[in-house]
Amino acid sequence: MKHIWKFVSAWPWETLLVVLLLLTIVLGNALSPYFLTPFNFSLMVEDFVEKALMALPMTFIIIAGEIDLSVASVLGLASVLVGVTWHAGMPLWLVIGIALVVGVAAGLLNGALVTRLGLPSLVVTLGTLALFRGLAFVILGDQAVSDFPGAFTNFGIGDVPGTLIPWSFVLFVLLALLFMVTLHWSWIGRQIYATGLNKEAARFAGIGVRRLKLLLFILSGLIAALAGIIFTARISSARADNAIGFELEVITVVLLGGVNIFGGRGTLVGVILSLFVIGALRNALGLADVSGDVQNIVVGTLLVLSVLGPNIVQRIQVVLSRRRLAAESSKQA
Amino acid sequence: MKKLFLTLGSSLLVFVLLVLAGCGGSSSSTSSGGTTPTSTGSKLNIVFLPKAINNPYFDTAAKGAMQAATALNGSFKQVGPSTASASDQVTWINNLTAQHVSAIVVSANDPNALAPALKQAMSQGIKVVSYDSDVAPDARQLFINQANSEDIGRIEVQILGKQLNYTGQIAILSAASTATNQNAWIGFMKDELSKPQYKNMQLVKIVYGNDDDQTSFNDTLSLMQAYPNLKGIISPTTVGIAAAARAIESVNKGGKVALTGLGTPNQLRKYVEDGTVQQFALWDPGKLGELAYYAAAALIQGKITGQPGQTFSAGTLGTYKIGANAVVLLGPPTVFDKTNISQFNF
Repeated sequence: MKHIWKFVSAWPWETLLVVLLLLTIVLGNALSPYFLTPFNFSLMVEDFVEKALMALPMTFIIIAGEIDLSVASVLGLASVLVGVTWHAGMPLWLVIGIALVVGVAAGLLNGALVTRLGLPSLVVTLGTLALFRGLAFVILGDQAVSDFPGAFTNFGIGDVPGTLIPWSFVLFVLLALLFMVTLHWSWIGRQIYATGLNKEAARFAGIGVRRLKLLLFILSGLIAALAGIIFTARISSARADNAIGFELEVITVVLLGGVNIFGGRGTLVGVILSLFVIGALRNALGLADVSGDVQNIVVGTLLVLSVLGPNIVQRIQVVLSRRRLAAESSKQA
Repeated sequence: MKKLFLTLGSSLLVFVLLVLAGCGGSSSSTSSGGTTPTSTGSKLNIVFLPKAINNPYFDTAAKGAMQAATALNGSFKQVGPSTASASDQVTWINNLTAQHVSAIVVSANDPNALAPALKQAMSQGIKVVSYDSDVAPDARQLFINQANSEDIGRIEVQILGKQLNYTGQIAILSAASTATNQNAWIGFMKDELSKPQYKNMQLVKIVYGNDDDQTSFNDTLSLMQAYPNLKGIISPTTVGIAAAARAIESVNKGGKVALTGLGTPNQLRKYVEDGTVQQFALWDPGKLGELAYYAAAALIQGKITGQPGQTFSAGTLGTYKIGANAVVLLGPPTVFDKTNISQFNF
């Protein structure tokens, strides 16, 4: 019991997310008898894996005090490039390579504008959100490419043989472990936190803040392109409007995971818990035939509460400690 | 202190989730009839997945499907994305697959993007029927086609020809220049116009309003300015025809420039009553939904397998035969005018 309490007070937000996840599972089980089936879990993961992948670098970027709104557009652009290059008869490895390189280039553009010109990332990536999506539409228009080989589409919807675990989920688990080690057990992670907490102090401590941020944006572009390849394989269709609006869901996941929007605070454990909460919640509501609009209301409310909750708690704490101080000082007097 | 806040926080969340559970209860789906087994013993749990929900066209189709559900004592519900998105439809297909519904009746936002998910559904024994907008042929058992391109293209020229006594300049106001449906129809319009009885009718211009109300409105105005002798306009898109009717009225050319095309009774009722539009055509989406339900039911009950040549009964609609590529044709388009428009509400 004492151990549990220790954990709860050390990780209050994560505990809350665990409770939330358990409640979601109870809710899902109550809403539909098919919720707690392995087959449904497999479908749920498949449906959410691109957002989950993009949430990993997004966590880094937001902790470092920046934001990347262009991820879904990079995904769309990568998807279109996969379609166009495949249609042009290039081999699969080259198709995937080109998409990843363009993802890196997109991240490099974001990062360079933010770090070299000192522009706010909110504005820069809002611009590139429109730019990359626009490029995707210019390249492919309202057409779709879908004559992909089975080996490619199987990676999108196929499972590890003999199980119901999608290949894409295996990839996510590996990357999540890599990101977790980097953020919580390496000097890079410590630099990210330091940068987000106080950019000036970090610079004086000898951290290459600009280079670090540039690398984070490149990483974000790369992962978004990877997500684009998986998305294209999953729905076996390269379209310019693929994943429109995903960036909002990705940011929602990261913030609900307890990452501070102003940077410096948050854990990847929280973000991963939050991924499961939102993924399971959407899946449960979907199984109960709740329309997409209502699902958005639910997720939106959760986000507002997640930002509001810690704020209120903090304010109450401040008020209480002031009172206590006042009471103590009046006692002394 | 922290303990207190945690308790407060978690009880708040419990509350929120309870509210959410309440939302779940009053979901947007509609059902009619029970899930009681039919005479053949197979359960008819048929779900319609339109391009987007809250769309009057698909809601009318849903009403037709509900009639069929009542007649067959099956269950019906309609689910779908709030915006016409292919990947959102994939999510819904997966949800329905997990629920093991007996049939999915879908109008696809992208014929290929939906294919893997639909194939997975079929591998779980779920019957798949497409209606309104087809999916890849190997990802469904049947496609219920509302009307073939040839019928639609020709009937619009025939309506206008009759109205204009087969004389005068005409123009076409289409959707996007790349729109597959519209381009196929325009092809048949041109073919119809090449017949001898139309030798005094000239197609002077095709403009593209991109299915945007304002663009279509302005395009119609410029057409009438550029061609003062213009006698008629065909607009094979519901957005275009409504905008064109407004534009014609705004310059008081109602009755001087004839207008026809594809529209819905509700949006054109006013113009039919005041004479701006005498006749227009469209299929009846209600019948489309009804037929799609009967087709799905026949598949579930094993009466048909989707092989060309098989026939099935669709209640009051009659008996239908499966054509090549497992396509079932609803029939010729319905022509709406003053005499029958009051019977339709969509």
